[in-house]
Amino acid sequence: MSAGGNAPVRGAGAAQLYGTGRSSGGSRAPANLGDILERVLDKGLVIAGDIQVNLLDIELLTIKLRLVIASLDTAREVGINWWETDPWLSADAIRRQGEGQPGDGMGELREEIRRLRGRVSELESGDESRRHHPS
Amino acid sequence: MSPAGIIRPEPGGYRDLPGGGRPAKTAVWAYAIAGSGAGDLAAGDLAAGDLAAGLRQLTGVGGAPVRVTSCSGLGMLVSDVSAAQFGEAALRRNLEDLDWLDQVARAHHHVIDAAARLFPLLPTRLATVYSSDDAVCAALAERRAALRGALRRVGGRVEWGVKAYAMPESEITAGGPGGAGGRGGTPAGGVGPGRISTAEARGGGLAYLRRRREQLAAGRESRAAAVGAARALHGALAGQAERARLHPPQAPQLSGVRLPMLLNAAYLLPADGAAEFAAAVAAHASAHPELRIELTGPWPPYSFAGDDDDGR
Repeated sequence: MSAGGNAPVRGAGAAQLYGTGRSSGGSRAPANLGDILERVLDKGLVIAGDIQVNLLDIELLTIKLRLVIASLDTAREVGINWWETDPWLSADAIRRQGEGQPGDGMGELREEIRRLRGRVSELESGDESRRHHPS
Repeated sequence: MSPAGIIRPEPGGYRDLPGGGRPAKTAVWAYAIAGSGAGDLAAGDLAAGDLAAGLRQLTGVGGAPVRVTSCSGLGMLVSDVSAAQFGEAALRRNLEDLDWLDQVARAHHHVIDAAARLFPLLPTRLATVYSSDDAVCAALAERRAALRGALRRVGGRVEWGVKAYAMPESEITAGGPGGAGGRGGTPAGGVGPGRISTAEARGGGLAYLRRRREQLAAGRESRAAAVGAARALHGALAGQAERARLHPPQAPQLSGVRLPMLLNAAYLLPADGAAEFAAAVAAHASAHPELRIELTGPWPPYSFAGDDDDGR
């Protein structure tokens, strides 16, 4: 395996757009904060720190609700939820559990999704008046 | 006793910390785990000197220099942070502050992105914090075998992100850039292609209803076609990648795009596989005008760092 010797030239996050109708050749856009947040908050290796907020249970949950998970309901509304049944769910759950069993991870994740859905509707009913003004 | 192989921060490094001077209490913020490549830094061999120089220019979360703590044949990229700002209580508070989170997330990503150019690594999730280098070592030792396995599978590869959105119908039928002023088909209010002018609606209620029904049916059909195209796109790209991962679609507030997102996926590729992959994405884009496709990268392998298995 080749190591760092032939590391790629990076401009991480730069986006190439296709099919926009405006720029058929593809155009580059600057790194998007959403993409960075999605990766650093939700992907990446989970290894226990000894000073660590329990990210899965507490504060980050609110952030995820706002930024990532909140989109699940939108997706469901328009009937685009085919990815929900895809294997990323179980893989994600295994990762969250560290060395856990696939079966356990799935159950835990389902439970988490159930809780999140509850929180989303709570937040939505609370935020209704604010949210209804599209930015 | 502190573990062997720690590169100490430069004496002046603490000056950059908020408040200046020597902090009363520090914690250790983790960015990534590297294999022997970074571990060799401590041994001081030739290449390691260059790597150490590259790392020394990196400034971490909170402004302190980035260093490597090595043990168990693994290295953890870390920087010292003030416990007052990044300790458990402070983190809970600060993570709720989106401006703070924005800064910290970018700083965290910047270190990982720059270091991934120097050696293979596994990015660690934001807010992995240790009380000391000894605690870092304990964590590395505990999962040594799994981490080395993950480094072999993922390290040195890059991740490409692909998002696909459903194109508004008005832009598909327009047949590309030349058609009827491009984006002009949708009213500025974003109500959608089904909007009928009030004058037209008054002209005949029945005609309006009939037309509306046809439009709704056409909308459903084109949405179904777009979803199908997104699945096909994912299948094709996954076949080309070493690994693939589907993520939930992002909300428009996050993506900055108002179109519905149908696919949000990450693909793990060798560092030199970019051109071929981008060509495949471009080919799909021209074959499927019903999709707007966005390609981002190369990213450090965030989405694959936690893979424990050899599957997919």
